[in-house]
Amino acid sequence: MSVQTKADQVAPVDLITVTIDGVEVQVPKGTLAIRAAEMIGIAIPRFCDHPLLDPVGACRQCMVEVPDAGNGRGFPKPQASCTLECAPGMQIKTQHTSDVARKAQKGMLEFLLINHPLDCPICDKGGECPLQNQAMANGQGESRYEGVKRTFPKPVAISAQILLDRERCVLCARCTRFSEQISGDPFIALVERGALQQVGRYADDPYNSYFSGNVVQICPVGALTSAAYRFQSRPFDLVSTTTTCEHCAGGCQLRTDQRHFQVKRRLAGEAPEVNEEWNCDKGRFAFVSARGEDRITRPLIREDGALRVASWPEAVDAAVAGLAAAGGSAGVLTGGRLTLEDAYGYSKFARVVLGTNSIDFRSRPAGADEEAFLAANVAGKSLAGAVTYTDLETAGHVVLVGFEPEDESPLIFLRLRKGVRKKGLKVTTIAPFASDGSAKLNATVVATVPGAEVAALRGLGLAAGNVLLVGERAALVPGLLAAAAEVAETTGARLAWVPRRAGDRGAVEAGCLPGLLPGGRPATDTAARVDVAAAWEVDSLPAEDGMDATGMLAAAAAGELKALVVAGLEPVDFADAAAVRAGLENAGFVVALESRLSEVTERADVVFPVALIEEHPGTFLNWEHRPGRVNTVIPQSAAPMTDLRVLAALADALGRPLGVRTPKQALAELTELGTWTDPAGVADARPAEPVRKSRTRTVAPKVPKVTDGEAIVKLATWRQLIDGGRGQDGEGALADTARPSLARVSPALAQALGVAEGDAVAVSGGSGWYSLPVAITPGMVEGAVWVPTNSPGTPLGELGVVFGDEVTLSVGGEE
Amino acid sequence: MSGHEFQSFFGESGEVDMSDTTTSIDEATMSELRELAGRYPQPRSALLPMLHLVQSVDGRISPAGIEACAEVLGITTAQVSGVATFYTMYRRRPGGKHHVGVCTTALCAVMGGDALLERVSEKLGIGPDETTPDGTFSLERIECNAACDFAPVMMVNWEFMDNMTPQKAEQLLDDLAAGREVHSTRGATITSWREAERVLAGFPDGRADEGPSAGRASLLGKSIADANGWTAPKPEEQK
Amino acid sequence: MTDTLTPVLSANWGTEKSWTLEAYAATGGYQAVGTALKMTPAEVTDLVKESGLRGRGGAGFPTGMKWSFVPKDNPNPKYLVVNADESEPGTCKDMPLLLASPHTLVEGMIIASYAIDCHTAFVYIRGEVLHVIRRMQQAVQEAYDAGYLGTNILGSGYDLDIVVHAGAGAYICGEETALLDSLEGRRGQPRLRPPFPAVAGLYASPTVINNVESISSVPAIVKNGSAWFGSMGSEKSKGMTIYSLSGHVNRPGQFEAPLGITLRQLLQLSGGVRAGHELKFWTPGGSSTPILTAEHLDVPLDYEGMGGVGSMLGTKALQVFDETTSVVRTTLRWVEFYKHESCGKCTPCREGNWWLVQLLKKFEAGQAVEGDVDKLLDICDDIGGKSFCALADGAVACVTSAVRHFRSEFEAGYSTPAWELFPYGRSALFEVPEKTEVHA
Repeated sequence: MSVQTKADQVAPVDLITVTIDGVEVQVPKGTLAIRAAEMIGIAIPRFCDHPLLDPVGACRQCMVEVPDAGNGRGFPKPQASCTLECAPGMQIKTQHTSDVARKAQKGMLEFLLINHPLDCPICDKGGECPLQNQAMANGQGESRYEGVKRTFPKPVAISAQILLDRERCVLCARCTRFSEQISGDPFIALVERGALQQVGRYADDPYNSYFSGNVVQICPVGALTSAAYRFQSRPFDLVSTTTTCEHCAGGCQLRTDQRHFQVKRRLAGEAPEVNEEWNCDKGRFAFVSARGEDRITRPLIREDGALRVASWPEAVDAAVAGLAAAGGSAGVLTGGRLTLEDAYGYSKFARVVLGTNSIDFRSRPAGADEEAFLAANVAGKSLAGAVTYTDLETAGHVVLVGFEPEDESPLIFLRLRKGVRKKGLKVTTIAPFASDGSAKLNATVVATVPGAEVAALRGLGLAAGNVLLVGERAALVPGLLAAAAEVAETTGARLAWVPRRAGDRGAVEAGCLPGLLPGGRPATDTAARVDVAAAWEVDSLPAEDGMDATGMLAAAAAGELKALVVAGLEPVDFADAAAVRAGLENAGFVVALESRLSEVTERADVVFPVALIEEHPGTFLNWEHRPGRVNTVIPQSAAPMTDLRVLAALADALGRPLGVRTPKQALAELTELGTWTDPAGVADARPAEPVRKSRTRTVAPKVPKVTDGEAIVKLATWRQLIDGGRGQDGEGALADTARPSLARVSPALAQALGVAEGDAVAVSGGSGWYSLPVAITPGMVEGAVWVPTNSPGTPLGELGVVFGDEVTLSVGGEE
Repeated sequence: MSGHEFQSFFGESGEVDMSDTTTSIDEATMSELRELAGRYPQPRSALLPMLHLVQSVDGRISPAGIEACAEVLGITTAQVSGVATFYTMYRRRPGGKHHVGVCTTALCAVMGGDALLERVSEKLGIGPDETTPDGTFSLERIECNAACDFAPVMMVNWEFMDNMTPQKAEQLLDDLAAGREVHSTRGATITSWREAERVLAGFPDGRADEGPSAGRASLLGKSIADANGWTAPKPEEQK
Repeated sequence: MTDTLTPVLSANWGTEKSWTLEAYAATGGYQAVGTALKMTPAEVTDLVKESGLRGRGGAGFPTGMKWSFVPKDNPNPKYLVVNADESEPGTCKDMPLLLASPHTLVEGMIIASYAIDCHTAFVYIRGEVLHVIRRMQQAVQEAYDAGYLGTNILGSGYDLDIVVHAGAGAYICGEETALLDSLEGRRGQPRLRPPFPAVAGLYASPTVINNVESISSVPAIVKNGSAWFGSMGSEKSKGMTIYSLSGHVNRPGQFEAPLGITLRQLLQLSGGVRAGHELKFWTPGGSSTPILTAEHLDVPLDYEGMGGVGSMLGTKALQVFDETTSVVRTTLRWVEFYKHESCGKCTPCREGNWWLVQLLKKFEAGQAVEGDVDKLLDICDDIGGKSFCALADGAVACVTSAVRHFRSEFEAGYSTPAWELFPYGRSALFEVPEKTEVHA
């Protein structure tokens, strides 16, 4: 035979042959009959079955006849195909060829419908409802049931976001199994029994899971709905577009649904290698910011101290005048929201149009060693050879450094959990305390005071093939990134850097860093500059070192930088919000490209409105280096004004054309440019890092001395998934499911301070303080306090402190 | 009359009574809950006994009881609630001092259980799943209690009250109401439902030696065999 | 030829303080433990296999074979769980056994645990039998005090702990996998099989689950030999067992006899159907076993005999109903039981029993319509064999067998209430004023 099936080539020993409705099919050993049928295009109706949940066999809808179980004998009774493992030689007859199967399925549908309300016309699910569809396809026209249907009060808010209409529920337990198996948040459970069985929660503990929206999506009826979408639209009135989520570097595929040019809802897309079929609630529900009155729709220019609406030509002229006046004394702050194409536009704009290397995407605390680490380990790399989601499952051991996946990269969290549940994965986290997320990963927590991570990391036994995930916070611990790279190299473990925002990885690739040109080319390398200059058809690229974001803002504040071009960023995201504001206020000239009013536009001289994520195409590179297509969800009659088009217009007007004005062109040019190969061949862009062996401390940190009710401690912090980020504005139900803002301290520190659970403590940094309730956290490392980075009302940027800094903790502080 | 009346609206189902937050669970209870959890290779196995203990302390499954079990076992309150609402012996609302059950599964019902339930219900002035205003009695129609050879069967605080008749039932209720000593036909002196729940939780009350070894019906076959000289074969006979 | 009745398990039920260790030991109790601990575990298992003992909880699976399925190379602890969740309507044999002689079970558990290399065993007793639980708790304590439990039992080096566990009201926990979930502190809903409990049962470890009577039969087998056990009963249904006779008979009660005795014999022993009445229908082994009639009086009450007439031996719970009884009413009450006890996990049981109850109520009230008998049977067909566990099969069995034997009585439900055809007071054991017959 010249033709081999794909499966044959993979693992011939593991294949078995079964016959379904007379069609022979080879399937891997262990395949369930319902999956085997799918492989040859036979759809067996089902409700409880979900390929990513453990089989349960509860709804009994998928009954098939098995005249031969492979041993010559058949099953006397029809079998649920969702729990039936294929055996060699098994004969399976579905509803297409078996009266027994057909009768069983019809009967089951009748049972499911006897207590199901006929409210399809007002049900959100109507039109995309598996129950409705299968009743039409496999059911009978009329019910023989003459009783009164079972009813319950409705709906029950099982969280602020998720609503339950119990009488619609078919008790498939997908939601409760999801919460228990996939996300590890069993705040919902089946309660009562028999005909009264229902999905329930404990009234005082709502279903506040970061992943709660998934249960709405997998509900095969309209029993679970979201406050955000309930009664918003009919499925058949929606136009769906596959796109990529803009909220973090996870790169989840989304299905975004719009009606009347408004996004109505977002669903998890099906991307088996990335998010499988899940996403987080932020990605699902946080899409209404900038869709309100603060949306900027027309250019603004500052006149007599105030912004006024201007025409596009007028605004372009004003911007060009300001930028031209600045000469080369300009910098670019791009933030983390940009697509790869837009980021590339800014990178090229800085070098070609403004003639500077002062460009930085890091609208957050950044470490001194970070750029070198990114240059050596991230930039210019591709998916090939990179650590992937799938690799995490099978790595055997994954170590987390400066990274809290449940909060900072929720789909990595889900994938790790899957590995732990199914593949014997072990997770170790170097963290100040055992978080709920760590507990759900059954993780070994190496309780580490901020700053001592290097020693902790070196003390771990990693093996070849293991994975080391470092978060962006790791950059704030001197030497930690370098140590991670070194540990990976010496042990053979694989290293991956997990940034937080969707645009971060693309920004590195596009060269939105002072020391990096596109494709990982060092800006300091003459050959690299010549290479890029040739491609860009310019004489040369600036050779002078650029400033990073903090440097630019400081220079601007001191009057040393004449102009700033700023994409979307928020001052509180930086280490010191006040310094950012000062920089913006004292820069000679600020051009802002934004979609909504912000602290930046308030201080800008010219503001250009740019398109929302759903209005233009592009690409996000996720942490794996995997490109995810961003597609236009809301079609507009004219091409939208994107960052790229605005930059191109400014470049044209400044007489130094950008050369690209559409995402397609930008991507083509970046792809053509390719990635950097050091002609010297040694490609050691990694500078000699100061490996601070002296930091290797083996003694346990002591409880800090408390004097007059005050203690000096190290600050541990990360962003909670649902927090004060502006991208989440406007979605109240989502905000209501956020975790509370708490200050975590060890029991010993609490005792030393004399505070009890829930008492207020004040956290003071360089530029301020705020007060939070205390959460006494057993197992928390001594000498540290943990607070969320940007929860509503308490953004750390206002205190001027970052992870690892010393802060003062004191009792009380209620205002 | 068949009893389990058809009902389509289940307004109060789904959870315990969250409006009654009273509790008598104290540190001693917590330590007994932890003791129960420690009796099993995996602590969660103790959940059923722990809920029995909660009932013995709070007279029902209280919200505080659910929270205490969740805390001791490290599981969610929803998971505890799912268990507490699954099993029929767990009560949502305070029961009476004496919990009276009348079996109305087929055989007992046919042999007089239905009539017994009606009589008991009339006498107490309450229906199934209700408690008398003075808190002395609560009533439940129970399913088969594994005493069919003593049908019709009633239970008081889960003690057997065999071979019931309406007259005997009235006498029983009168005696209990008057605080007279009442003995189970195959069990101990009747104490209270809460004390029974404590035993079910796994804290014996030392009354195992009360009552007979067996009822007459249980011994019937043996007595007929004795009368006829029938025995099992002697082992030697086989060789 | 063995005697008609062969009391073994019930032989000591009438002795003074029979439930105490002292009384049990006085009748030869705990001798078998000493014998067994001198054998190898494999020899004990083989002995039980050879005896032909089959599970007494209803399914009739060979007990020794069940033990032999426990994988020897599995590194996890092995567990023995005794199913004392006796809740099947009509079934009332294990509770008197535990009340009168809990040490028989304790002794059986020690031997069985030893055979399967188990060091922690559980007795899961339904919660609604307080005094049984008291007696069991005390027996286990006495056994510890006497050195039959704990470490180094009788100097053998073998250790065993027994935990007495009270359920909380759920018939479904008699289903072995539901029992395991319940014993793990969960809702008692049946588990998917495979994996079977012998491989991954309690705490995902190898687990043997046996009925009270099965395990209680083991000491006698060890003491008297497998041949002795096999000398009672029939070819494939060996040994003695406890038959529970209840209902409209003059003297209901427990009868321990070799497997294969007939209902006619048992009725003779119990004085027959109550005076002035005749047998109408009966269950051989609880409500889940299809009902039989007077024509089956001479069929041997063993696994094969009952299977041969389309029923099952089940728990040998013989519920006898006389001619005053409405089969429609009785069927309704049984199905109400199944509806009440359905765990809710699977659709056909949860929804089907809910529906059957409503339909049967119409029959009872004389409000069914032409064709409803066929509809009833068709709904049963949609439930039977399609549910997750056997609970719903039991519910369906009582309906379909009732219709099979008494179809005309159901058809009468198209016009006449059951209480008019069979005034309910006449079935009761005491005078019931006719006024109580008011119906929905």
